Amino acid sequence: MADEKRRMPVGIVSPSSHFRGELTQVDRAVPSPGEPPAWPVNEKLSVVGKPAQRIDGRLKVTGRARYTADIRLPGMLHARIVRSAHAHARVRSIDTSAAERQPGVRAVHVLHHLRDSAQLTDPSKELASRYPVVRYAGQPIAAVAADTPAQADDAARLVRVDYEPLPFVVDLDDARKPGAPLVFPGPAEQGGSGGGGGGAKGVSQVGNVRGPKRSGPIGAAEPGDPDKGFAAAKVVVEGTFRTQVQTHSAMETHGVVADWKPDMLTVHASTQGTASVRDELAEVFELPKSRIRVVTEFMGGGFGSKFGIGNFGVLATHLSKKAGAPVRLMLDRHEEHTSVGNRPSSVQRIRIGAGSDGKLTALYLETHGTGGVGLGAGAARPAQAMYQCPQLLTEEYDVFTNAGPSAAFRAPGHPQGAFALEQAIDELAEKLGIDPIDLRDRIDVDPDPESGNGDSQSRRIERRLGAEKIGWSKRGKAGSDPGRVKRGIGMAQGLWYRFADLDSACEVRILRDGSVEVLSGVQDIGGGIRTALAQVVAEELGLTPADITVRIGDTTFPPGPGSGGSTTTNSITPPARNAAYQAARSFLGQVAPALGAEPSALALQGGKVVVVGDGGRSLGFRQAAARMRTEQVSATVARPEDYHGVGARKARPAQGRPRLAGYGGVQFAAVRVDTETGIIHVERVVAVHDCGRPLNPLALESQINGGVLQGISYALYENRVLDRGRGLMLNPNFEQYKILGAREVPQIDVVLIEEYRGLSSTDAGGIGEPSTVPTAGAVANAVHNAIGVRVRELPMTPARVLAALAGKEAP
Amino acid sequence: MSDHGSTKPPAERRSRPRFTLTRRGFLAGTGVTVAAVTLDCKHGETPGIAHGPAEVLGPGRVPIALRVNGVEKRVAVEPRATLAEALRLELDLTGTKIGCDRGSCSACTVWLDGVPVCSCMTFALDAVGRPITTIEGLAVGERLHPVQEAFIEHDAMQCGFCTPGMIMSCAALLGRNPSPTEEDVRTATSGNLCRCGTYPKVFEATLAAARASRMGKEG
Repeated sequence: MADEKRRMPVGIVSPSSHFRGELTQVDRAVPSPGEPPAWPVNEKLSVVGKPAQRIDGRLKVTGRARYTADIRLPGMLHARIVRSAHAHARVRSIDTSAAERQPGVRAVHVLHHLRDSAQLTDPSKELASRYPVVRYAGQPIAAVAADTPAQADDAARLVRVDYEPLPFVVDLDDARKPGAPLVFPGPAEQGGSGGGGGGAKGVSQVGNVRGPKRSGPIGAAEPGDPDKGFAAAKVVVEGTFRTQVQTHSAMETHGVVADWKPDMLTVHASTQGTASVRDELAEVFELPKSRIRVVTEFMGGGFGSKFGIGNFGVLATHLSKKAGAPVRLMLDRHEEHTSVGNRPSSVQRIRIGAGSDGKLTALYLETHGTGGVGLGAGAARPAQAMYQCPQLLTEEYDVFTNAGPSAAFRAPGHPQGAFALEQAIDELAEKLGIDPIDLRDRIDVDPDPESGNGDSQSRRIERRLGAEKIGWSKRGKAGSDPGRVKRGIGMAQGLWYRFADLDSACEVRILRDGSVEVLSGVQDIGGGIRTALAQVVAEELGLTPADITVRIGDTTFPPGPGSGGSTTTNSITPPARNAAYQAARSFLGQVAPALGAEPSALALQGGKVVVVGDGGRSLGFRQAAARMRTEQVSATVARPEDYHGVGARKARPAQGRPRLAGYGGVQFAAVRVDTETGIIHVERVVAVHDCGRPLNPLALESQINGGVLQGISYALYENRVLDRGRGLMLNPNFEQYKILGAREVPQIDVVLIEEYRGLSSTDAGGIGEPSTVPTAGAVANAVHNAIGVRVRELPMTPARVLAALAGKEAP
Repeated sequence: MSDHGSTKPPAERRSRPRFTLTRRGFLAGTGVTVAAVTLDCKHGETPGIAHGPAEVLGPGRVPIALRVNGVEKRVAVEPRATLAEALRLELDLTGTKIGCDRGSCSACTVWLDGVPVCSCMTFALDAVGRPITTIEGLAVGERLHPVQEAFIEHDAMQCGFCTPGMIMSCAALLGRNPSPTEEDVRTATSGNLCRCGTYPKVFEATLAAARASRMGKEG
């Protein structure tokens, strides 16, 4: 590799004059000579780092943005899935004849292989069955396609399924008991999706309980020995914390429009990963990828649950193939709640030992959680990665239950892990008589600051900024606010990993009329990557975002990354910038003669081609383009390895574990608690975050607002309720599955620091996951500060608050 | 949380029901394919729907005319079809979204007689002869409604799926109250679910749109 180097800014720029971070310049080795010159800090750029309105905003506010749910193709049929109402059953037979005779019905398909669920490692452990064994209520069985949605609904009710019901268990505690009904009659496994989740291979399983997965500090080869550490401790805190199952509840449900043609399968999908949908279609239907096109122009939210083709997509594609017509299959809200993902529950027993100076000597965390028939309930990452501790051991268990499978959900495992860890750290601070922020200053230290992962460094500044903003110095002692309605302030921290998907490519074209196109398979799930790409390319070409046409969400373009794990920005903006840079080199080569200058003497600034150092001699970008010899110049670039060799994820799907954390994030909450009704009201949140170089502060602010609000909703309201007697979800809707709405929104102050690490040509990262990790913990710590007792279970309902006040176990 | 059972504040639910049945009661009370409706229809010239104390319609399609964004549109719908379905499927007006299909997320908000309603809880037959405004009809030509402008400027959208319904609620608020407080905006959007959590910008944008409209009128 070439010994190319770039001199880059490294360090933190904070918006407060009190806590300005230190900014230096370093020389970074870059992976190839094709890398553009390093960008200076945002202050010195003209487009990047400035608030930019969404370039697709007009389409969204006028209703012209077409989502998968809105796709209409000529002759399109409508499909409806037949689902099991049993939580556990063997399917003896399926009779579709009555459904097939219904008017308007064009195709019926029975599912023979179930996806998105753990699978028995050894299928012979179970009686052979023609159809997948039903392991949760809502499991798909078959699907019907008809001319109208109503006809499909009617026909689906006529599919006769003969079930042999089996004993089932839906409750985590019940499922752990000896003799509990077995969800799987042997060990089961499940890999993760592009958004994370899944379970490690080769973990032991007894009954429904799979584990433990034993780990030490993140990056360490071996777990520590907490007994040794507790023996050395002066102070020990311990507690058990419980979190509920949360459903993703994206506004647009999962779904596809599948159009099977002999030469090409086109699937419009509401997905976070166009590439993951194509990969799985190729596998299931044994098609070359070149004969599959997946399109996601607009999508209505996913939060981790929308990767791959899903059972619904397989069914729709079979139906389209059978009927010879396009098939639309969008789930309804009930199906969305029960069958396509959730955040697993957790029961976390945590024990922390520390010296009198607050330094941790031991941390032990045991977690049990259920993702239904799916894996991925581990919640120990925050404990493994946040604080320095010489003797650290975590043991994670997945507990199978007869409930819908979990899926990656915005920072899998982390909001639940931070809820327990951050309360335990606060308890430790209280016991030691140290301010919670001071304690964190002592124990939140980067293990290897030279590695380029500086999340502790970021959090140190974030704690200062947040404390100042929320008025931490005025915080009273826990429970000291007099009267019936008590106010309190609390804080909590988070962390996330600076992943990049190296399967990320982008093409930039400059056309002879001066227009510019950016093409990539990457999809915009709401974070605003469409606009960020326009900014990055505009910055490189000396244009404005409005000058850039961004065409994304289509697998006919260069492969884009999946949008999960806060990877999108870090993955796709460096190749976009590099492609723009290289296309610009070709462009300048072609137009240089028109300016009578060497290409190397030309620069792109302010919508012009400028001859550097020649008294401002220039030509407009459009006029220059008209002088191009060819209709277009273009460059396609794939995501290079990170500069400095840090933190990059190898390839899709997620392989291996992140070496270290990368993003921090500290949130402060101010609450008031009515001690007679038990109602918690969050009045204000100060959210202080880092995500590398911020590209679009306007959209980042929106995403952080969203992370905070999802976090409060998780902390106070949301809860999937299953009926133990029938195994059915009791609240599969939006009126009983309670989600925070307009009336519950607190004042949110977003503070964003600029964090330069010199890791790529944009040095930019994501904010989706970091923004929701600390929230529930911060609210819980604020509640404790208000009322003087801890609520250790989510959601923190009025009943639980009152029980905590009464010193009783919550109901 | 959304308002349980009622997605619009009282002021926005002034419209009289034209039929004596609710959609849910209706669906629950009929068989799988046989639908019969007793009409209590007093106004409007309705192709295919005669006046009279009682008439049985369906289960097949019934030709009706809908006045959408100022234009008379003739469609044929089953009596059980909701206004949301008729708009989306028959008229390809897909800006109106369906998020829950039971009146608890307001993604499907349109104006009926100028009042925001959940089009997933309104029968298409109920909307006959009454002016319907959808998100596609809010702009005048290429000139956006001030709320639409402000939503772009203040980034009051993320995935954008709830955005049309949210805008219909906020624009209706400005129609009846040109000087709303933030509390008024919260109330107006209390039924509009946004899973991306974009509410702070929605409040900001709507208040800015109100200010801009007032300035425009004064200037």
